[in-house]
Amino acid sequence: MARESEEPGMAKASKVKRQRKKKPKENKTRTVHANLLYDNAKGEENPNRNYANNKIKTTKYTVLSFLPKNLFEQFHRFANVYFVFIALLNFVPVVNAFQPELALAPVVFILSVTAIKDLWEDYRRHRSDQEINHMDCLVYNRAERRYTERYWKEVRVGDFIRLRCNEILPADVLLLSSSDPDRLCHIETATLDGETNLKQRQVVRSFFDLDCDFDPLKYNGIIECEKPNNDLNRFRGYIIHRSGRRDALYKENLLLRGCTIRNTEEAVGIVIYAGHETKAMLNNNGPRYKRSKLERQMNVDVFWCVIILLVMCLFAAVGHGLWMFQYGDKRPVFDVLSPEGTDLSPIMSAIYLFLTMIIVFQVLIPISLFVSIEIVKICQVYFIHQDMDLYDEETDSHLQCRALNITEDLGQMQYIFSDKTGTLTENKMVFRRCTVAGVEYSHDANARRLAMYQEMDSEEEDCTSHGGTLPRRDSVTSHQSARVVLRSQSTKSHRRTGSRAEAKRASILSKHTAFSSPMEKDITPDPQLLDKVNECSSQMDFMRFHNQPMSQLPSDLADIIDFFIALTICNTVVVSSPNQPRQKVRMRFELKSPVKTIEDFIKRFTPSRLTSGSNSSSSSSLITNRSSNRGCSSLLSSPSAESTLTKLDEEQSPQGMEHSFGPVPPCYNGNAWNLEDGELRYEAESPDEAALVYAARAYKCSLVGRLPDQVTVELPHLGKLSFELLHTLCFDSTRKRMSVVVRHPLTDQITVYTKGADSAIMDLIRPPDTGSSKGKRQKKIVSRTQNYLNLYAADGLRTLCIAKKILSKEQYACWLQRHLQAETAIQGREELLFDSALRLETNLQLLGATGIEDRLQDGVPETIASLRKAGLQIWVLTGDKQETAVNIAYACKLLDPEEEILTLNADSQEACALLLEESLHYIQAKFLCSSTDQAAKAFHSNFAPFEIYPSSSPSSSSHTTPFTVLQLGLVIDGRTLAYALDKSLEDKFLAVARSCRSVLCCRSTPLQKSMVVKLVRNKLKVMTLAIGDGANDVSMIQVADVGVGISGQEGMQAVMASDFALPRFRYLQKLLLVHGHWCYSRLANMILYFFYKNAMFVALIFWYQFYCGFSGSAMIDQWYLIFFNLMFSAFPQLITGTLDKDVSAETLQQLPQLYVNGQNSEEYKPYMFWMNMIDAFYQSLVCFFIPYFAYADSDVDLFTWGTPITTLALLTILVHLGIETKTWTWMNWLSIAFSTALFFTVALCYNASCPTCYTPSNPYWTMQRLLQDPLFYLLCVITPVAALLPRYFYRACQGTLFPTPVQVGRQLDKLPTETRRNILSLRRVKAGSALSPKPPFLSLSKPSPKGCNKKDLRSFPSSETSQGPALQMDEQGQRSPLGPADSNKGPLDLYAIVPTEKDTLPYTKDTPKLPEEPRPPSTKDSECLGKTLEASDVSLSGWITSTPLLSQTGSVQLNLPPAGDSQCVKYTRNSDQRLKSDHSIHPAQRTEQGAEQSLHTTL
Amino acid sequence: MVKEEQELANRPDNTAFTQQRLPAWQPMLSAGIVIPGFVLIGLAFIGIGVALFVTSRSIQVLELDYTGVGQNSPCYKCTYPNVSNCVCDLDFSIDSLFKGTVFFYYGLSNYFQNFRKYGVSKDDVQLSGDLTNFKSPSDTCSPYVYDSNNQPIVPCGSIANSMFNDTFQLFQKINGTKTLVPFDGKGIAWWTDYNIKYRNPSVTPLKNAFNSTVKPIFWSKPAYDLDISDPANNGFINQNFLVWMRRAALPNFRKLYGRIDEGVYAQGLPAGNYSLAIAYNYPVLSFDGRKKVVFSNVSWMGGKNEFLGIAYLVIGSLCILMSIVMLIVYAKFKFPEED
Repeated sequence: MARESEEPGMAKASKVKRQRKKKPKENKTRTVHANLLYDNAKGEENPNRNYANNKIKTTKYTVLSFLPKNLFEQFHRFANVYFVFIALLNFVPVVNAFQPELALAPVVFILSVTAIKDLWEDYRRHRSDQEINHMDCLVYNRAERRYTERYWKEVRVGDFIRLRCNEILPADVLLLSSSDPDRLCHIETATLDGETNLKQRQVVRSFFDLDCDFDPLKYNGIIECEKPNNDLNRFRGYIIHRSGRRDALYKENLLLRGCTIRNTEEAVGIVIYAGHETKAMLNNNGPRYKRSKLERQMNVDVFWCVIILLVMCLFAAVGHGLWMFQYGDKRPVFDVLSPEGTDLSPIMSAIYLFLTMIIVFQVLIPISLFVSIEIVKICQVYFIHQDMDLYDEETDSHLQCRALNITEDLGQMQYIFSDKTGTLTENKMVFRRCTVAGVEYSHDANARRLAMYQEMDSEEEDCTSHGGTLPRRDSVTSHQSARVVLRSQSTKSHRRTGSRAEAKRASILSKHTAFSSPMEKDITPDPQLLDKVNECSSQMDFMRFHNQPMSQLPSDLADIIDFFIALTICNTVVVSSPNQPRQKVRMRFELKSPVKTIEDFIKRFTPSRLTSGSNSSSSSSLITNRSSNRGCSSLLSSPSAESTLTKLDEEQSPQGMEHSFGPVPPCYNGNAWNLEDGELRYEAESPDEAALVYAARAYKCSLVGRLPDQVTVELPHLGKLSFELLHTLCFDSTRKRMSVVVRHPLTDQITVYTKGADSAIMDLIRPPDTGSSKGKRQKKIVSRTQNYLNLYAADGLRTLCIAKKILSKEQYACWLQRHLQAETAIQGREELLFDSALRLETNLQLLGATGIEDRLQDGVPETIASLRKAGLQIWVLTGDKQETAVNIAYACKLLDPEEEILTLNADSQEACALLLEESLHYIQAKFLCSSTDQAAKAFHSNFAPFEIYPSSSPSSSSHTTPFTVLQLGLVIDGRTLAYALDKSLEDKFLAVARSCRSVLCCRSTPLQKSMVVKLVRNKLKVMTLAIGDGANDVSMIQVADVGVGISGQEGMQAVMASDFALPRFRYLQKLLLVHGHWCYSRLANMILYFFYKNAMFVALIFWYQFYCGFSGSAMIDQWYLIFFNLMFSAFPQLITGTLDKDVSAETLQQLPQLYVNGQNSEEYKPYMFWMNMIDAFYQSLVCFFIPYFAYADSDVDLFTWGTPITTLALLTILVHLGIETKTWTWMNWLSIAFSTALFFTVALCYNASCPTCYTPSNPYWTMQRLLQDPLFYLLCVITPVAALLPRYFYRACQGTLFPTPVQVGRQLDKLPTETRRNILSLRRVKAGSALSPKPPFLSLSKPSPKGCNKKDLRSFPSSETSQGPALQMDEQGQRSPLGPADSNKGPLDLYAIVPTEKDTLPYTKDTPKLPEEPRPPSTKDSECLGKTLEASDVSLSGWITSTPLLSQTGSVQLNLPPAGDSQCVKYTRNSDQRLKSDHSIHPAQRTEQGAEQSLHTTL
Repeated sequence: MVKEEQELANRPDNTAFTQQRLPAWQPMLSAGIVIPGFVLIGLAFIGIGVALFVTSRSIQVLELDYTGVGQNSPCYKCTYPNVSNCVCDLDFSIDSLFKGTVFFYYGLSNYFQNFRKYGVSKDDVQLSGDLTNFKSPSDTCSPYVYDSNNQPIVPCGSIANSMFNDTFQLFQKINGTKTLVPFDGKGIAWWTDYNIKYRNPSVTPLKNAFNSTVKPIFWSKPAYDLDISDPANNGFINQNFLVWMRRAALPNFRKLYGRIDEGVYAQGLPAGNYSLAIAYNYPVLSFDGRKKVVFSNVSWMGGKNEFLGIAYLVIGSLCILMSIVMLIVYAKFKFPEED
């Protein structure tokens, strides 16, 4: 049978191939045939021969190509070309200055160092390639008819591969068979994207029903799929069977190279992409190359060096020309004729000399600088890697420097753009509270439990409480407190053995489960809700027992049970049991596949099944259906999809599908479970999914199994219920929700459960018909839920709404038809599926909402505080909603209660423009009254979008931000941000944003994040750092000057894109303040030193030109000249550049103000280059003229005079480095001693080695004689002293009399630890004022600015309070406690107070109207002004007078919706730091869609 | 325990080096250290300076220009064109005794022996006595490699060609009679040059080695005949040749011609009248050069040079001055603030 079926298949396949051969080669797709068919016809005949094989070669070079290729690459660096040019110039006899071979030495040295480095790297790559290429895997061998071991590199496209558990995939393989009964294969993609949870992959559908082992010999399909690409989440194609039937292939069918097979004993697949064409390899980009700011600055100065060089050469050339000219025709005896014996004209010799001088002075361009910088950076990276403080024991991960050449940029950051979730917070979602059917369950006990964790954290890690969002602790029942005590005991004992760290390590290192520390798992249920759940399920049990329809259940109880079912099943969580890690719980009640084909649908939903007995279980009918499909031989003989569809239509019309499904007894098997639910582990793709599943489990509503076609849930009293999973509409960021379509086992209704962001869900809620009581209830639920959502958000919780929808069979059929079309479409499948999902998720019924807390990471507030003290502007860009973001911002001290907050919410471009204008005016007013008259004058004269606020502090030069940063916080939402980022407004937006101390952008998309970073980076010309952890931060990370990834829980995408990867946010502090500072100051000093050193050395020769007729002669032996940089003076600067610490790590962290040093580039300012140059020229003058006069008029010969100069220069340069070195370790001493010793050793050896070599200098025995000359030693004493006296004097004066902050820090370091600590604590305030770049310039507590504020605000008529009816409320006592009774009232009261809100209820879409035509804002302005002048005056004065009472409260309202209905946000912080807020943001957000809709209709 | 260590495979080494905690000395530029430091350095330098200055002062130098620029100059006659074998007498007197061994130098001014192309123009291999380079001198000697008849020039090159060829004889005039003051020309060149670097070819007589070669164009005598009186002082190891070949560093230089350390003059040159007979051969006026002779005795630190002593004194005084300035500024600015 098998043979027979094989033959025609083969014939056909070959025919197809032949046909294909005739066709022009298609470019869009790749066609893969099975190799087995072509084993006889090797090579030529195999259609797969053109595809890359699985041998990988990541090396850049081969043995032969290394030299040319490496040289070619190195010559891309301009400096190398330059030096080779100079070396080659030396081969031209007319202009040569040195022995040509010798002149080649430096460039050869530099090139070979780099080449050796490259070679070594390449060799390592080669080694690892070899290792990978020689791994084994099982490939089907036709001759032996079994799978045989082959090397990975021998695997070809079209091979069949058998994979066993825990094997690594050798190539991208299409899954054809799996030993798993569900035809699943689990893979771990940690090596690809770092996500530790298992992913399910499915066997290609055509092979799904294959029950016996897959036989490759019988395979006869042809696979058409995409060309290789690097998108890990995309794979499209189809398989063409012999029958002509096509089956679509998805990414779920593809196993990617590098992943590990888990939980699956065996799988078979066909190789689709191999070797370099695999997605993993295509994603593997090399390290990133960025050029740091310091290097850019350095390149400018290298350019200046070139200019100096040319000027010096030109000077010498002109000098030579004149010198020649003065002799006229009388050639002196020492003049040498040209080789031809003719005279050179002065002009010609000047031109030749110019070239010669370029060779002689080449040292001025620091050839070794680039190599030295690379070496130093590698060392710096090594030290950063090695830092214990940046090592996270919990995850056993340390900081990774992925970009090797921008370490010093870390010390120059000015703006930090941070993601919130997972970056500032732990991304550990902890279930906090929920609202079901409009009733709030506060979960106080749970809150207390979490507080306990937090306390323990702070105990252990000695950091203060994160404050801000802790829940209330009153109203505890005795029952709960008992539980809490019990739990706290257990957690405490747990803690003793290693605490949370231990737990986390257990969870992460062992990689058993993602996202499940005990803190997240153990949820204490709310007793009230628990009772209700119990009651509900017992009732349901009762009803089921009595065969009553479920609809009789009271609707609030039904909502509760639906709510928990939705929490449990509306996700993609995979269940596994911990005893056998990653071993899937194999519990299977029935075999069902999700509805993936029309025929399937027909089979399941045709009336025949209904007629076959309404009481028969669906499972049995399905099993029979399935069994008919079984059999190895029956390979996909079913009709094509098109014909099925027509069949469906036919069937639909007569029968109409109008029958309702009768109640089907639940698939219920209470005994099948021997595992307790507590032992189950949940593996979720995102932490909030896991949190919700754990929350539901706390209410005994636990997920016990998930298969592709069914979800099993255990409910109290009801036991296990299996939900037939018809569809999963996965989460995507555009829809902001996910849905599952299931058949409810109790009601047998097709139910859609949707879970998503409140903004996404609330718009989709079915408008309640106000007539019926049910509708009224619905309306009430919606409004209450909305209120609670606002409160949750105000508490900094992440909110999710849960909704459901019951589909009638017809609706479902109707939807299914188009959905299936979408699923099978090859072109534009994603879009079609998206539309399909949108069609389904409408008219939902709101069940409830959850509030999940995302805890702040350890030390985030402290880190932010100290980064801010360091003069860094911190912007938080988050996708969260505004209230959540604001509260987290308060909690992490990003926003200060003392700050005033500007909130920008606008509905239109014009409104946004107006808002920005006003903000500017407001800031201006604030600025005017808080600064001196002089500054105000300057302000007026400089009024321009970018020079509005000239710096009032002397320390911040033009280089840094000239803006005064006020005590203001700016909050802007995504929509307003979109307007503000418009070309016309971006300048204004920046002007506003940069004068605010902190900026918070909420609801921003990844693109907006990167746009903001780009805008700030390009317009303000500042150094930006972006830090984030998720895929949505990647674009921002890539745009910023330095991208930092948090290697947290959200995969590795951010890390892959980043330059530095941190385990935790708080490490940013040490990375920037300490390592950044060190790297910057080390490199900056080293670069300056390099310039100085070379200039000083070359200038010696330059001065000599005045005494040798500008002939290009050098008194320094060519050997010294060439090796001076490479050998004699190379090591000390490398040691200093690597090890020097200007201030100790402790002081740097305690005095973050010292970071400003790097921000302002104070170690390396442009003038410093010139100062160094001048110093270099001075020192060289001293080093030249002291020997000159000392030997003047003597019988000294050229090199006996030149060698002391070389020695003096070396000594001076070394002592100079000594002055610049701040800390002397034994390595510094050693290196300097070594350098000196090396010079003398080399000189002695060189001068003794060969009497007749080394023409022309021929320095035989020179050094030996010098060492016997007392004059030499006398020179060695006086010259360095004389040369360095000014610098040392300057340093001494400045260090003792006018120390810079860094020097103060250094002085602090010298003090004993105890004294230092005392001084620091005393000094904190003083240092703040003395050291900080921006003197604290506005304090809100001072009365004078307040009064001034008032006056000025009045004098600016367009200031925000006069704009529209401002809302002034005393919030004291306004916020009601969250008890169920009060909470019903509280928020409603709040609503009642807002007058303009009454007719714009958040969930009604019709009320807000857009202005029909945009009115010019000016008229509106004046209108409002006229109307509200009086009122605003009153409110303004009221506000101002009330502020002192409210203990340093600032509040600014800037809301300008165009329709005139004002939405105001007012944040007031009282003394216990709790935020109380009145929210009316949502109407604005809610109305967006409505507005859009109305726009559409009017258009 | 072991397991734990394995688990934390990525844990960095906790050593002073990797954690950048190496013990270090931090020199602090505080006034308390800097001011005394400056004073100490200043005092030490002044001490050295005084010693050097005194030593330098004790050295006697007599310089006599004999270029013959002025009409009154005794060598003026030799500057006429087309004068050959001109000898002029330079009379001078010494007031006091020149103590110790007196060194006799000739000096040239505005003469660029350090000119780059000039310096290259020699053949070290030839000068080390290699006969192959006698036949075909190195190209570096250009343009003095071959003469117009294409005969190789030995010693080739510009330096050798331009060798100084004035000769001097010193007479002490006592009561009208001239007594020759002998110059000791031995050992005026570096020992290494004479013994190692420069070698005559091992051909005897030396003259044969120079067969089929020509003398440098400017020379009047071939290399093997440089010193008729002393056969060992000929060829490449002629002391004056060696001295000349060692190029001067600066355009104004002197070169040692001989020492006066024989007989009655071993203790020094007594006061009195002297006459220097100069065979004036070397033309310098064409490039505005000057020629001079120098008599000098030396100290432990070489010839007379007051500069170094003065430099030490100046730098030492500067140090003390700076310390005073700092003290004043420090007292003015720092102390009130400290209070």
